[in-house]
Amino acid sequence: MQITTQTFADTIVVAPAGRIDHRSAAELEAALLPLVGRAAERKVPLVLDFSGVDYISSVGLRVLMIAARQMRAAGAGLSVAALQSVVAEIFGISRFDKVLTVDATLEDALARVSDAALAAYRAHRPS
Amino acid sequence: MKGVRFWGTRGSLPVALTSSSLADKLRAVLRAARGRALDSDADIERFLAEQPFARAGTYGGHSACVQIDTGGPDHVLCDMGSGLRPFGQAAMAQRAGKAQTFHVFMSHLHWDHIMGLPFFVPAFIPGNRVIVYGSHRELETALRRQQEPPSFPVGFDTIFEGRVEFRHLEPGVPHEAAGMRVTTLLQRHTGDSYGYRFEAGGKALVYTTDSEHPLADPSHTERFVQFFRDADLVIFDAMYSLADAISVKADWGHSSNVVGVELCQLANARHLCLTHHEPVFDDAAIDAMLAETRRLEEITRTGAALQVSAAYDGLEIAL
Repeated sequence: MQITTQTFADTIVVAPAGRIDHRSAAELEAALLPLVGRAAERKVPLVLDFSGVDYISSVGLRVLMIAARQMRAAGAGLSVAALQSVVAEIFGISRFDKVLTVDATLEDALARVSDAALAAYRAHRPS
Repeated sequence: MKGVRFWGTRGSLPVALTSSSLADKLRAVLRAARGRALDSDADIERFLAEQPFARAGTYGGHSACVQIDTGGPDHVLCDMGSGLRPFGQAAMAQRAGKAQTFHVFMSHLHWDHIMGLPFFVPAFIPGNRVIVYGSHRELETALRRQQEPPSFPVGFDTIFEGRVEFRHLEPGVPHEAAGMRVTTLLQRHTGDSYGYRFEAGGKALVYTTDSEHPLADPSHTERFVQFFRDADLVIFDAMYSLADAISVKADWGHSSNVVGVELCQLANARHLCLTHHEPVFDDAAIDAMLAETRRLEEITRTGAALQVSAAYDGLEIAL
C-alpha cells in the first residue's frame, strides 16, 4: 500500500492507495498515527484522501476510529474524502458514515475545514 | 449432522412483538393486497410468500437456543435461553411417553443463555436425561444458583431430581459427544464465553455467540479463521454495527455483521447466519441489516460466494 502526505497551508492531507485489509492496516496505522499526533498537537485539520483506496476492512476502519478519537480529544478535526463507491458502501454498512465526517471530494473537504488550505490546494493543483 | 433449527435468536433479553407493531404489519399487508385477487387459500399463501419477511413475519424474541439435528435419536441444543421453553413443548409433543436424552452445549452462563432451564418441562419427567456440556468451571453452580431463593420458587434438586448432569469440556481439545466431534474455543466476553465447532458426517457447524473480536490482534483473527475453516454453517453474534462495536460498545462482548463476513470469507465458510439480534431492533431493522450484509459479501467477495442469512425463531437450515 502506498501512502503519500501533503500539506496545504494549515491542513495535512494523507492519501493511502490500494487495499486496506488485515495485511496492510498495520502499515496504515504506522504511517497515519504519527501524522495524527502532529495534527492534534498543532490543532490543525487532517484530511484522508481516499480516492485511491479500493477496499477497507474492519481492521482498517479501526485505525480510522483511533485516529478520529485522538483528533477529537485534541479538539482538531479528521475527515475522509473522495470515497470510491465500494468503500462508500462499506462505510454505510459499518455505520462509519455516522461516526466520521465524509466529504464527496478532497476539494469539498478542504473548503469545509480551511479557506487557506483550499486556496493552497487550488494553486498547487495541475490545471 | 442434518441441520439446525433456531428456537431463540434475540440477544441479551427476550422481546415480544407489540400490539401496535402487529397492527402496523397488518396495515402494510392489507395495503399490499389492494387490487389482488385473494379468493382461494392458495392465492393467499402465494401473496404472503411474496411479502418482505419484516412485513408478514417476525424475527421473534426468544433468547438463545439452537437445535442441532444430528440424525440420531437424542436431542442436541446450544444454549438454554428462553427459546428452550417452546423447544421443550415441541419435544414433549413429538415423543410423548418415551424417555428422551437432551445434550446441551453452553456458550456461557449469562442470564439470557440459561433462563430457559427452569421452564424446560422435559427435565421434570422421570426417565428423561439432560446432559449439560461446557467449558466453564462454574457451569453447575450458575444453573443451580438461578433457582435459589429469592430468585425462583422451586429449587434445582426439587424440580429435576437428578435428571440434569454436567460434563466439562476442556477448551481446544476435541471431545466425542452426542455422536459428534466437539471442540470449544475461548472467546472474548465478560466472564468468558466459548465458541463450538461440531463435526459429523463430513459436515462442520460453528456456533459462536457473545464473542467480541479485538481487531488489533492478528493472532486472535487467525485463531478464529482456523476455527471457522471450511465450515458449512457459522452461527455468528452480529448484535452491533461495526462502528458501535469498536466505539461506544467496545468491551461489551459482541460483534458485528462486517466482522462475520470477513472471518467467514477468510475461512472459506459456506454459510453465515447472523444471530443474537439487538433487542431494540425491530423486524425492519434486522431485514435491512441482512440486506446490507448480503451486499457487503457481494462487493467484497474474492472467492466462492458466502450465503448469508439472519436467524429467526423457527428458521431451519439444512446442512
